[in-house]
Amino acid sequence: MSRLVPTPSTGVIPERDLGKTPVLEVVRLGIDFGGLTAVDDFTITVGPTEICGLIGPNGAGKTTVFNLLTNVYQPTRGTILLNGVPTQGKSVHEVNKMGIARTFQNVRLFKEMSVEDNVLIGLHNSMNYNIFESFCKMPRYIREEKRSHEKAMELLSIFNMEHLAEDRAGSLPYGVQRRLEILRALATDPSIILLDEPAAGMNPNETEALMQNIQKIRDTFRIAVMLIEHDMNLVMGICEGIAVLNYGRIIAKGTPDEIKSNPQVIEAYLGNRRNEGA
Amino acid sequence: MKKKFNLPVRQLATVGAFALFLLLGNFLMAKKIIGLYYTKVLMVAAINMILAVSLNIATGFLGQLPLGSAGFMAVGAYTSAIIMRKVTFVSPALAFPVCIIIGGLAAALCGFIIGLPALRLKGDYIAIITLGFAEIIRIVILNIDSALGITLTYGASNLKNIPKTTTFTNAFIWVFIVCYLVSALMKSRHGRAILSIRDNEIAAESCGINLTYYKTMAFIVYAFFTGIGGALYAGYLGILNPSGFSFAKSIDILVMVVLGGMGSMTGSVISAAVLTIVPEILHAFSDYRMIVYSLLLIVVMIFRPAGLMGNKEFSMDMLTGLFKKKAKGERSKK
Repeated sequence: MSRLVPTPSTGVIPERDLGKTPVLEVVRLGIDFGGLTAVDDFTITVGPTEICGLIGPNGAGKTTVFNLLTNVYQPTRGTILLNGVPTQGKSVHEVNKMGIARTFQNVRLFKEMSVEDNVLIGLHNSMNYNIFESFCKMPRYIREEKRSHEKAMELLSIFNMEHLAEDRAGSLPYGVQRRLEILRALATDPSIILLDEPAAGMNPNETEALMQNIQKIRDTFRIAVMLIEHDMNLVMGICEGIAVLNYGRIIAKGTPDEIKSNPQVIEAYLGNRRNEGA
Repeated sequence: MKKKFNLPVRQLATVGAFALFLLLGNFLMAKKIIGLYYTKVLMVAAINMILAVSLNIATGFLGQLPLGSAGFMAVGAYTSAIIMRKVTFVSPALAFPVCIIIGGLAAALCGFIIGLPALRLKGDYIAIITLGFAEIIRIVILNIDSALGITLTYGASNLKNIPKTTTFTNAFIWVFIVCYLVSALMKSRHGRAILSIRDNEIAAESCGINLTYYKTMAFIVYAFFTGIGGALYAGYLGILNPSGFSFAKSIDILVMVVLGGMGSMTGSVISAAVLTIVPEILHAFSDYRMIVYSLLLIVVMIFRPAGLMGNKEFSMDMLTGLFKKKAKGERSKK
């Protein structure tokens, strides 16, 4: 693992990413739902090839952060810069085109469609033939469909799923569905991919394979990965920088080792020793 | 990996089968084996196929529930009929295809106008909005019998003397065209985007699919083809009255789509044929006709809740697959 250097805004960023434009720069992001402040003062910087983790107890606002980053919710305060461009006022699909892709905590696949078609939806914006070209089966339609088919198969081969290409996505086992969702997100050609609990419901062997695959994806596609996860082996094993969220605020940022020994983090997860038995 | 027929071979086979069907139909009619009455039934079946296939785009593929097919049909029918009556300098047979397309475009324009605001909302608003739209169209047609000194729809007193240009052959050619275009659409990136919206809007949006754009596109295609169906209907009847485009007509078409299986184009075609022809055959039962018809619907819905075809399409591969399965079954018995 590369050495981490402190930077003014985030705490940490991998050394190899220093001096490059960060893929994601979030400054003092916050959202209120009525009177409830769900996320507040959320500041983070993610390097172009960084794997960073977002952890915290249940209800801390982790998924809300993902929804803010993808513009599902419009933030009440703060700014998000994606590759240096603000995402404010953009719709969800426009933010995706700008370079953010995500997966969902409770898998959201196109269940009635085939596995390959799921990936092809991700490749939708990489094709640009129009509706009349598809009616007349024009050369551009045939060429782009063929290229997309090959690209989809290439993506499926990352998780050795080529043989499942024609199966209905809803009929796959849970773990495979999660992997397919990651591939679909990758197909949109993002510069950062947000994974919401990628290892949920996986056994230790599958989690181990997933860790390797996330690193493999980062290395082959040269993209940043931000993940929410409760599996500490996974988080501590592959994340270079970690932010801990509690009650909508970042309570700690740093390398895995710093986080492990941070008293505030231990308190958020395990409770305060003094209050025990009271 | 499944082995597929080569593309040109498949297309030629389809076109060939269709041409054979047309020739056979015309031959049987010429020999009076199919009488004038059943020729007309077949024409209505063809029109219903177009209407059902196009409604299937909005319900089966897009996952919305528009209840205004009769409205778009009326727009297409009246637009093409009014133009057909005015155009006397070319033969009706030549003017008809152009009028059909103009009728379709007029319906598509209406689809755009009401679809764009309605489809931005999430939920089932589209059902109520299209229902209201269809009623508005019907009332408007009833009341603008003339505008700016030009006689338009004749209101309640029937738009008469429309050239009867719909024939068995051209009705089924339009069925073929519509089915081809819909299947080509569904095999493209646009079709996949429409399907993805049905399956999961939130995921589709996060994959970069512009929801409003594709919902409106599917809705306009639905309105366009429904308008074409309406124009053919005008050319078949030769006389139009607004009461023919009531809410009941929209429901009839919806029943065809549901019975055929939402999301199956071939299902829509088959059920449109069945639901048009069966009531005619049941004329022998006179008074009990509608009871038998309703029982048929109930029985199908009990035993095949997803519709006759589910969301599968009939294809050559399916046929060969069926034979292979049978052969396999027999082998395993031995």
